[in-house]
Amino acid sequence: MWNFDAFGNNVAIIDDSGTRLTYSQLKHETEAIAEAAGKRCLVFVLCSDTIGSVMGYAAFMNAGIVPLMLSRHIEPGLLSPLMDAYRPKYMWLPSDMARGDEVFSARGYSLVRTSFTEECPLHPDLALLLTTSGSTGSPKFVRQSYTNILDNAKSIAEYLRLDETERPISTLPMNYTYGLSIINSHFLVGATLLLTEKAMTQKEFWQFFREAGATSFGGVPYTYEMLDRMRFQRMSLPSLRTMTQAGGKITPELHRKFAEYARDSGKNFIVMYGQCEASPRMGYLPADKAIEKAGSMGIAIPGGKFRLIGEDGREIQAPHVTGELEYTGKNVAMGYAECGDDLSKGDEWGGVLRTGDMAQFDEDGYFYVVGRKKRFLKVYGNRVNLDELDRLIKGKFPVECASAGEDDRVHIFITAGANPDDVRNFAATTTKLNPKAFTVITLDEIPKSESGKTLFTELAKYWRKTE
Amino acid sequence: MTNLEKYDSAFTETFGIERGQLAGLKYQDIEAWDSVGHMSLTAALEEAFDIMMETDDIIDLSSYEAGMKILAEKYNVEF
Repeated sequence: MWNFDAFGNNVAIIDDSGTRLTYSQLKHETEAIAEAAGKRCLVFVLCSDTIGSVMGYAAFMNAGIVPLMLSRHIEPGLLSPLMDAYRPKYMWLPSDMARGDEVFSARGYSLVRTSFTEECPLHPDLALLLTTSGSTGSPKFVRQSYTNILDNAKSIAEYLRLDETERPISTLPMNYTYGLSIINSHFLVGATLLLTEKAMTQKEFWQFFREAGATSFGGVPYTYEMLDRMRFQRMSLPSLRTMTQAGGKITPELHRKFAEYARDSGKNFIVMYGQCEASPRMGYLPADKAIEKAGSMGIAIPGGKFRLIGEDGREIQAPHVTGELEYTGKNVAMGYAECGDDLSKGDEWGGVLRTGDMAQFDEDGYFYVVGRKKRFLKVYGNRVNLDELDRLIKGKFPVECASAGEDDRVHIFITAGANPDDVRNFAATTTKLNPKAFTVITLDEIPKSESGKTLFTELAKYWRKTE
Repeated sequence: MTNLEKYDSAFTETFGIERGQLAGLKYQDIEAWDSVGHMSLTAALEEAFDIMMETDDIIDLSSYEAGMKILAEKYNVEF
């Protein structure tokens, strides 16, 4: 995947405790991890923004070992069914969580042999497994190939004009496709990753940011709302060059605000568009168009192509007409996996992805996302599948349930039979999202059509009312 | 309501916890106090005391006690 030899003395990683690692050290240490793991197999990686976590990932990717990426904060109750479904040979996890047959450890992480004896066959192209759903424990993962990841990392490095002087600071988890793409694209050009577990709401984050001279960070729409409320624009951050945004649609107002801040302070603000299914990047709005085209997610990345498909199945040719956004490119993943047996499957999507997003383009060919075909919301950048959430709630409480709402604001409608606070806390715990994202409303009954379908248009008035 | 009561309820209502849990409470001690919770807490404090907090004070607010010190020293809130 990466040629660490090419950047020998460049610093590859700095963490907030001051540890620095050159590319030649990285090569050395990743080879030791790969050697301990042996031949190609599946490894569950419990991720954090630490050197050990990144090093394990890099080791596996470079050695043809397939990582399945999860948060180190995943509920144990959600982890064990995933283990049973995929039967990994090893876990790579923080040493303080390691139990059982520990075969190797480095930089606070340990390689632990699991008790599974029969491994699932892996397709030769399969490189990586990533979840689409945050932390709900859904067994559905996206199967990405080596070509997918490398092609996308190259494309990102090209349109962001990345070079070895870049120093991106970790603001997104590495088990999240957007966070991972930052690592992938920067290792490609010999840049320096700055790793911290601190959040942007903490003083220590900004101390590290300034001391280490961070040049860029990525954020989801919520990140920019938060920065705006913190009056980020007043902070003096001379080393900062580029802010990127993905993981959902930012409001046009906030888009314009950050674009203007970037223009006035000599920085770049780049809105991007992607999905885990495209490994992940598909579109970006060039920084010099940020103000003129605020609200747009831009154009296809180098090597990719967008088109809109109308309800009649034909390609839309005229501007300002809504259709489903379709992307074609080498970074479109191989398909989904629901269990270990799916890991032997080859490419099922053939480089074409129906994104499920409804979009339009303008006279100049810039794309605007206007809606969504599927039933999910983006909450703090994480996809929350509403049907799955309903199913989990109905499984836990004796109620009828229908969730709906807008990005960052999930409204859960239930019938009597459960304490709304309990439902809210359950939703927060299972999705690993802050309870603030959820509002629970008890109704006499869930409005349904004659054919038994939930009438979401009826429900919409509730969340519009609470605005 | 006294200032202390107002201060305490900003925490208990934002994070859904009891008053007894407040002493010594630090950022990330509980799941609800993450970056989302932090911004809600800031908003609750700004509303309760009718103030606008500076960026440096928002990121300095790393514990229950630290917040009280910031409000007392920078925003003239008497406890």
